[in-house]
Amino acid sequence: MVVFDKPHALADLPMHYCPGCTHGIIHRLVAECLDELGIEGQTIGIAPVGCSVLAYNYFNCDMIEAAHGRAPAIATGVKRADPDNHIVFTYQGDGDLASIGMAETVHAAARNENITVIFVNNAIYGMTGGQMAPTSLPGQVTQTSPYGRDTNHCGFPIKVCEMLSELDGPEYLERVAVNNVKNVKAAKKAIKKAFENQINKKGFSLIEVVSSCPTNWGMTPQKALEWVEEKMIPYYPLGVYKDRTAGIVKGADK
Amino acid sequence: MTNKYLFAGFGGQGILFAGKLLAYKGLTDEKQVSWLPSYGPEMRGGTASCSVILSDSPVGSPIVSNPNILIAMNLPSLDKYEDTVEAGGMIFYDSSLIEREVKRDDVKVFPIPATKLAEENGTPTLANMIIVGKVLAETGDFTDESVMAALKKVISAKRADMLDVNLNAMKLGRDF
Amino acid sequence: MADKVLMKGNEAIAEAAIIAGCRHYFGYPITPQTEIAAYMAKRMPKIGGCFLQAESEIAAINMVYGVASCGLRVMTSSSSPGISLKGEGLSYLAGADLPSLVVNVQRGGPGLGGIQPSQSDYFQATKGGAHGDFHMIVLAPASVQEMADLTVHGFDLADKYRMTSMILADGTMGQMMEPVSLDLNVKPMPEKPWATTGTKLERFHNITNSLSLVPEELEELNFKRYQRYAEIEKNEVMYEEYMMEDAEICIAAFGIASRVAKNAIVEARAQGIKVGLIRPITLWPFPKAPFLKATEKVHTFISVELSMGQMIEDVRLATECRRPVTLVNRAGGMIPSPEQILEAIKNAHKNGGAN
Repeated sequence: MVVFDKPHALADLPMHYCPGCTHGIIHRLVAECLDELGIEGQTIGIAPVGCSVLAYNYFNCDMIEAAHGRAPAIATGVKRADPDNHIVFTYQGDGDLASIGMAETVHAAARNENITVIFVNNAIYGMTGGQMAPTSLPGQVTQTSPYGRDTNHCGFPIKVCEMLSELDGPEYLERVAVNNVKNVKAAKKAIKKAFENQINKKGFSLIEVVSSCPTNWGMTPQKALEWVEEKMIPYYPLGVYKDRTAGIVKGADK
Repeated sequence: MTNKYLFAGFGGQGILFAGKLLAYKGLTDEKQVSWLPSYGPEMRGGTASCSVILSDSPVGSPIVSNPNILIAMNLPSLDKYEDTVEAGGMIFYDSSLIEREVKRDDVKVFPIPATKLAEENGTPTLANMIIVGKVLAETGDFTDESVMAALKKVISAKRADMLDVNLNAMKLGRDF
Repeated sequence: MADKVLMKGNEAIAEAAIIAGCRHYFGYPITPQTEIAAYMAKRMPKIGGCFLQAESEIAAINMVYGVASCGLRVMTSSSSPGISLKGEGLSYLAGADLPSLVVNVQRGGPGLGGIQPSQSDYFQATKGGAHGDFHMIVLAPASVQEMADLTVHGFDLADKYRMTSMILADGTMGQMMEPVSLDLNVKPMPEKPWATTGTKLERFHNITNSLSLVPEELEELNFKRYQRYAEIEKNEVMYEEYMMEDAEICIAAFGIASRVAKNAIVEARAQGIKVGLIRPITLWPFPKAPFLKATEKVHTFISVELSMGQMIEDVRLATECRRPVTLVNRAGGMIPSPEQILEAIKNAHKNGGAN
């Protein structure tokens, strides 16, 4: 009896991610959804610039590597090329989605572009070695905020789900986390719903996954998961921020 | 044979439209044709102009800086372009809006009170067509069929009721 | 001429693109090319195509990247400042070997510049246009008919060589109307087995990508791309020669500048001066051979440009500096006059090539 198997949509390759990194979990959740919904063969994924830049190697569906921040625009093109058959997802980090690509994010949401956005928020630029991200917490020490993020000097973190929920455009916005089994299960459910929404032509769905970066946070993987619970989640409360079909707007469990 | 027309006036007088009609008339007459508008912010309320070239041989530059036919629909246009007209050329102008006379004595001058005629005719927006009627009569050949053929190109089918109105305005100019 | 219609250059590009099979257009408003977007906005919904006004030039070129990845014909258009913004996307399109058509209806610069016609993006267009080693095929129409013809040709070349074709026009070419025949020669689109349209679980996944972290591999990609470029330089050069048979003076000009130059040439010929024109139609690949050959009879070359002198460098390279090359130019949205060019021709005639 098989009790555990690799999803078909996930390539059988060693990943380059650091020990304790949660990208692997999130990749797996996405791949499981492609499998369960039977959509791998019609799916085109868009990889970002950031730690998950090589995600195009890890998914067995067709993949496109985007310029930094531009994944939602490319996804728009791919979706519009064949709206009835293409299932399109972007996989983006916080710098990619909420800093350099903010315009593309907001406008894809405003257009209710029928795509699925997986937004990995780990409050840091990982690939370039741990610089301050648009979602770094106040006081958070990074390579470019060595004395802690000073909000008087460089402003406040961007709460993407809260911000986008103000728009009339998007169909579905939910923030989840992958720091414990319960949250991982909830994350899977949210990601699956985001793909189902696309299949049902409901429009733009974004799942913000609060995540960890042990290497650049300078913590053990275990400590990093605790930091997610103690610091990240209080600043970025989990929950559904918008579900047009269910009539929920800003319904986070705050 | 090459005619280089310069139409000038203020935005809203139908300068570009009149030029287009002339260009289509040229196309109907199997001439080589170019039409070049001024473009940009000056189109909104300021001056508008367009260059039209009708020729028996291929058109080189579409830019008319020295027209042999100037159509001035307001005083600033006459002031600006009067001196650019080639010797032996023609100047048509709306004498109901331009009070001064043309100073040049080496060109043929056609003062036409186009705006006044248009108002009297009950078609106050067609001063441009009245003057272009005169221009065609003097510089090309004005036949009802060929003018109508050109009008049909510039007036959309949805506004077919305007065809005769425009043709009649042009005849007013022709017969002035 | 019964089959010809009067169209603005911008509209001719849009209609020709549709005839070429382009069903996706993404753009952002900017003068003096907005007619292309307006035309597409009107036509695309009626033919099952997609017009989408993007939030920025950057988004527009990336939407192009998305559709191109799916193997379909796609285009965007802009004017100079907007093309700078698209630069990032142009480099990525080159790096991912994606075919696309990009139109630049140039205006005066640098910076926000003006909105009147210019040719001052010549360097940007012909020398790459953004970071990295790459070229675009650059086509320079000089009539509304060519705006249409070269749009179709641009799509064909883009697909054939998997790269971006750029139509490098200017405000005059975009705004002017001339009779145009839309009986255009469209070639069948080649197969695109590399397109990312879903594996259907029948093949290994395709990846559209410009990232290559192993320098040896990236070098090889560059070498291979430049082999393709060499093929283009051999096969795809286009130019027009005008009154060059006995010419002792040769004008180099493209686009609107060539139209003005023809007026000056006719006038100079009437005065007994043997002058002709070589008009590059492909700015990249640049028609080096006809210029080099012309050095046998021509004593002076005159580059006529709506810029501070950019193409003149390619004329000097092509003629291997065997003859003097002088510049007649206006900039910032101004256009050289036939008189200005005639003056330069007369000077060249008087000097007979002596510097």
